[in-house]
Amino acid sequence: MYDSGKIIPGLIIFVLFITIPIWYNRGGGTEPPQPVLPKDAKSCVLPVAEIRAKHMQLLNVWRDEVLRDGQRAAITVDGKKYPKSLMLNCMKCHTSKKQFCDTCHTYASVRPYCWDCHLAPVE
Amino acid sequence: MKYAFPLAAVIALVLCALILVQIPGMQYLFGVVIPYLAMALFLGGFCYRVIRWGKSPVPFKIPTTCGQGYSLPWIKHDKLEAPVNVAQVVARMFLEIVLFRSLWRNTKATVYAGPKLTYESSKWLWLFGILFHYSFLVIIIRHMRLFLDPVPWVVSFVEIGDSLLQIGAPTMYMTDVTIVLALLFLFGRRLVNPQVRYISLVNDYFPLFLILGIVLTGILMRFYIRADMDINAVKQLAVGLVTFSPTIVDKISPLFYTHLFLVCTLLAYFPFSKLMHMGGIFLSPTRNLANNSRMKRHINPWNPEIKPHSYAAYEDEFREDMVEQGIPVEKELPSQG
Repeated sequence: MYDSGKIIPGLIIFVLFITIPIWYNRGGGTEPPQPVLPKDAKSCVLPVAEIRAKHMQLLNVWRDEVLRDGQRAAITVDGKKYPKSLMLNCMKCHTSKKQFCDTCHTYASVRPYCWDCHLAPVE
Repeated sequence: MKYAFPLAAVIALVLCALILVQIPGMQYLFGVVIPYLAMALFLGGFCYRVIRWGKSPVPFKIPTTCGQGYSLPWIKHDKLEAPVNVAQVVARMFLEIVLFRSLWRNTKATVYAGPKLTYESSKWLWLFGILFHYSFLVIIIRHMRLFLDPVPWVVSFVEIGDSLLQIGAPTMYMTDVTIVLALLFLFGRRLVNPQVRYISLVNDYFPLFLILGIVLTGILMRFYIRADMDINAVKQLAVGLVTFSPTIVDKISPLFYTHLFLVCTLLAYFPFSKLMHMGGIFLSPTRNLANNSRMKRHINPWNPEIKPHSYAAYEDEFREDMVEQGIPVEKELPSQG
């Protein structure tokens, strides 16, 4: 082989670079998040699987409807009325941002910009 | 119609993953077995290709130069276009890899009535090429949030930068838009430009469609078809894969497995395709050799070993025969007895 003094180190750097996740996580990584669910409330505005996957889209739609179109009317799910609001609805049951929102968001490195405008509860 | 077959192949791959992964038990195959196989093929194949290139000799010094070579002191030397030492070669290679300098020189030839042939600068290929490559790089760095736990600040920084426009929720990534635009341009160019269309092959179209498939499945599952998209389950699978303790925790959307399967196809296909220009750019003799053939002798590694044979040694070897044939010699035969 020609120029092995340059090619072999180059290849080693390449392989080390590609396998960064293996070196970085070699401790085994942290435990998957366990968000603390509210004890008293049994139902949400959507079924669990759906609210888990689509809550950000729902909140975005609510934001647009309430703030941009002025449609503040509450929504009704199973005969129960829910205001279209993060603070007055969601945070009523899920009182802790740290123990609920942040557990998953930190794990998956998601940075929602809710708290650019809303004041996060003091914890 | 050279694009019909690769398009059909990518659609077949999508359908294959989309349907097969819904069979119970197949999640392990698509989520664990195939990714490991693909990664092994990628790393093994990549090293194999590079080492094989390293084994092929470079018989001549063949740097492509397009500027004034090193000459007399009062002639201005173009250091980047005709490099003569390691530093200049490194600078040239760096700019080639990082800024795609040789594509910047891309020209378009057009024949007008007359006939008149004109050449004009055509920077679109450079623009969309660089847009595609950097978008892909940013997307790969962004995806590290699913493989690294805890997420390092570099990854978060890139992610924040990419979603800076804060459009929608989940926030739109700028690179998602640019990579789709760039891919469509790179494909459209092969269709519209007759010369490029003529030389385009199945293995030119296939990676384009494959990467477009990866991008579209990714965009779909992030923004549109979010059913069963549990990002934490995805991250647990990804971290499990890189810590060699993979587990399929929850039911994840078939769309995710389709995305993953297309990525695995790309990884496995990579070392055997033109995509190897990723490694090949570093080993291009026309780029990585210095234009110093007048200063340093380049020895062809193919050259047979020829030992010098002086006339004195020649005469020593054949003196007896020469004397016998009556050919004059410089040194007579030693006298007998």
